[in-house]
Amino acid sequence: MLRIVNGEVYDPLNGIDGVVQDICVADGKIVAQVDPGTEILDASGMIVMPGGVEIHAHVAGPKVNSGRRMRPEDHRKGFVRSTPITRSGTGNSVPSTFTTGYQYTGLGYTTVMEAAAPPLEARHVHEELDDIPIVDKAVYVMMGNNYFVMKFIHEGEFSKLKDYVAWLLESTGGYVMKLINPAGVDRWKWGKNVHTIDDPADTFPVSPSQIVKNLSRVQQELGIPHPIHVHCNNLGNPGNAEVTRQTMEAVGDLPIHITHIQFNGFAKSPKNDFRSGATELAAYVNKHENVTVDMGQIAFGSTTTMTADGPWQYQLQKMTNDKWVNVDLEMEGGSGIVPYTYRKRNEVNALQWTVGLEFALLMEDPWRVFLSTDHPNGGTFRSYPDIIKLLMSRDYRAEILDQLHSRARTYSTLKEIDREYSLYEVAILTRAGPAKALGLKDKGHLGPGADADIAIYPKNSDAKEMFSNPSYVIKGGDIVFAGGVIVKDKPGRTLYVTPGYDKQLKAAIHEEFEQYYTVCFDNYPVQVDHYMPHRQLIPCTPRSVK
Amino acid sequence: MSTDSQTNDSHTGASQAVAPPTNAQTFENVICAFCGCVCDDLSVTVEGDRITKTARACVLGKAWLEGHTEESDRAAAYVDGQPASVEKAVEVASDILAKARYPLIYGLSSTYCEAQRKAVALADLLHGNVDCCTSVCHGPSGMALQSVGEPTCTLGEVKNRADLTIYWGSNPMESHPRHLSRYTSSPKGLFRPGGKKDRTMVMVDVRPTPSSKQANIFLQVKPGKDFEVIWALRALVQGRTVRESAIAETGLTLEQLEDLTERMKSCEYGVFLIGQGLTQSNGKHMNPAALFLLVRDLNAHTKFAVMPMRGHGNVNGIDSVMAWQTGFPFGVNFSLGYPRFNPGEFTSVDLLCRHEADACLVVAADPIASFPRLAIERLKQIPLIAMDAHESETTKVAKVAFTTATTGISAAGTVYRMDGVPLRAPKLLPSPYPNDEEILTQMLDRVKQLKNIPQAN
Repeated sequence: MLRIVNGEVYDPLNGIDGVVQDICVADGKIVAQVDPGTEILDASGMIVMPGGVEIHAHVAGPKVNSGRRMRPEDHRKGFVRSTPITRSGTGNSVPSTFTTGYQYTGLGYTTVMEAAAPPLEARHVHEELDDIPIVDKAVYVMMGNNYFVMKFIHEGEFSKLKDYVAWLLESTGGYVMKLINPAGVDRWKWGKNVHTIDDPADTFPVSPSQIVKNLSRVQQELGIPHPIHVHCNNLGNPGNAEVTRQTMEAVGDLPIHITHIQFNGFAKSPKNDFRSGATELAAYVNKHENVTVDMGQIAFGSTTTMTADGPWQYQLQKMTNDKWVNVDLEMEGGSGIVPYTYRKRNEVNALQWTVGLEFALLMEDPWRVFLSTDHPNGGTFRSYPDIIKLLMSRDYRAEILDQLHSRARTYSTLKEIDREYSLYEVAILTRAGPAKALGLKDKGHLGPGADADIAIYPKNSDAKEMFSNPSYVIKGGDIVFAGGVIVKDKPGRTLYVTPGYDKQLKAAIHEEFEQYYTVCFDNYPVQVDHYMPHRQLIPCTPRSVK
Repeated sequence: MSTDSQTNDSHTGASQAVAPPTNAQTFENVICAFCGCVCDDLSVTVEGDRITKTARACVLGKAWLEGHTEESDRAAAYVDGQPASVEKAVEVASDILAKARYPLIYGLSSTYCEAQRKAVALADLLHGNVDCCTSVCHGPSGMALQSVGEPTCTLGEVKNRADLTIYWGSNPMESHPRHLSRYTSSPKGLFRPGGKKDRTMVMVDVRPTPSSKQANIFLQVKPGKDFEVIWALRALVQGRTVRESAIAETGLTLEQLEDLTERMKSCEYGVFLIGQGLTQSNGKHMNPAALFLLVRDLNAHTKFAVMPMRGHGNVNGIDSVMAWQTGFPFGVNFSLGYPRFNPGEFTSVDLLCRHEADACLVVAADPIASFPRLAIERLKQIPLIAMDAHESETTKVAKVAFTTATTGISAAGTVYRMDGVPLRAPKLLPSPYPNDEEILTQMLDRVKQLKNIPQAN
């Protein structure tokens, strides 16, 4: 039990904006009151917020691990010594598992979503998540290029599609339906891609538009807590903002989350040059309350890009001529990995930097835009404090903008935007908003019943300083971080859903499964008892769709 | 979970099909953890403490499963050759490791990931060194990946898409007997409904093998000339002129290379499958690196991939575990309190030959039977701890030896196929012996005690 006193509390889900009040903790939860004589944590001169919630990062699984295998030179730039209670690791652009958990904790983050899990290799994802300590986690399951998803859409078998999605989530210990360049990765198996939302996949002639529409309805009818989480087609190419807008239009008024919108937010000039598409896209999102987005902000410097969007990674490798990992994954998709350096004097990189910030600053409703770098694609999560400072300080933005390629000033509206985020809005952007969008009712707030996941920062006018150095981080009621170090190591939980499905599904997929997969149907599902020893079921609330 | 997994026998992890009236039990879709193929479609009959029948297993898997006995005449542990309790052996072993200045943990390719994770934890705790069999097999492929990346795929893509497969320095008929029929030579796949007639298989090797007899095309390279052949192929794929004299020493003709180039550029989906003939011959990691670059070049023309033919059942698992826990796939040193990687410096044979390692824990491997002479001599000089399911050359000379349950037969756990697909290997038989994870966990706890480190809660 613990009573946190004298802290300035920012708890947007409960409407608390910088009020000094006590926060009480018992049995891992926030409670209304604790016994007198309970241990006191004095947070005088400090800011108290719910623990941060990461809505989109690549932290665990085969693709992330190939990134680690590929970059020994990168690891040497960031290594972490063991302590009597913590494991050692390497931790630059693709931190090892233990280091990932400690580093998120060290920023005041207590929940982290793994953004792209290949179903066939879900055991690998869970084994790594089990080695990411302290933070709670969940898994986004790749579905946009899945054989059976495309087949059932092609055949107009909506109820089978729904059952299949539910079965797939349960078989993988998953939480969210993830679509990555839908139909495009399927075409990449033959070295091709899609470029509009109406281009067909190869295995079945279904388009990204059909896939997005059908799966958004499935999400609603199964009642999966978070909307379909979409990495749009044509990522990285000038003019892709158009495809992004069309993708949002395709779902009508059903919920959709567009991830790392920066990478999908480019307009183009008549000569096919890059322009920022943030203004138009933000205007669309502002008007459509069914849409949420995360920034996908870039941070200058070297990183490792990794995505299931194999064709885009091939294109990127053609530009960099650097190392290239590609994996074609039977029946389900693929992935690609390429090292990349974002440079201030590079025209496209400079514009990318403005697009993410512009978007966040133009969003009128802070509840529908979330902080992300698409770690490690745009940069690592360790750049969050810097990005928060950029959002909170017009002067700081101007200072950096002056260092960039001139096109960042002429082809984007960033320099004209005066808005500065408040601490209250930052708390929405980094914890309350993502928790709400993920349907995690016990996360992202400090009201009674919430998980006692709390970040306490020393109040500082320099937001970067403040958010880089929490005074205390509390996870599940335990003080896990204090004095700049991890003081308690413990496992986090894996959150998952089991939407339920008609058991007849097996008959509909068994024969083709056995024919075209190389593992047996019976050996495919993850044994949750073994692979998710610390887990928490999050309920689904089905909704009917007209 | 689905109905199917609920009806799984939680003890074995395999689904139970028919139980004949005797006490024999037959399990279907059983995973075989013997080699890197990790086939998961076996039928296995268990009677008492023996596997009496297998179906669909290859000659290696059949011998491994049906020949297995839980050698109950062996003690669970030995210290100085004398039977000892597991507790006592853990105490002695932990003492050796905690006192050593440069302890080495080696092997791990034939145990499951849950145990591998503990072994890496132990090395981290000891500020020691951890290395796996990869350093003497496909380590060069791992280094090639570090140098240039690796365009690859899962085995299902080979089955479903590949119309051209090229084995290089690999003899799957003897090392991975079902690899050909399941993936490359004849299977009917999604886009290869005709099976064998839809596919062309090429073997590149230094001599004819039982595998090369199965190939449509056999290319016999002179030993040590693989790199030159690959580099010439890169030039040809890029449309450059290659003089006959430049390839004179390779044993192949320009006509043969031009024919292969044409086949590679015009196929729909090509896959190289590389063995130790490529990774452990002259050129070492330069050979797979050159090949990975050739594959990259070919992707400008068609779709192409490459996959190392990993040998031991879970050697790919230990690479994965080491990579996610340390960032590096083999040969990891913790002397400075954080992971460092340098093949040649932190790889086992080198550490032993230079007389640096002063104690060694071997898990599920037999280096006394397989390492170079100088390394073996050193292993015999220093306190050696061995964990193995059977008596081995290594357990025979070890100061402390544990008899352990066998991964995939009497110990369940995760194993990674050569393409990285993870499966849960079953426990088919009861075992009187502890499993690797249990022993390693006890050692971890004991070493923490010895070092006055608080136990995790």
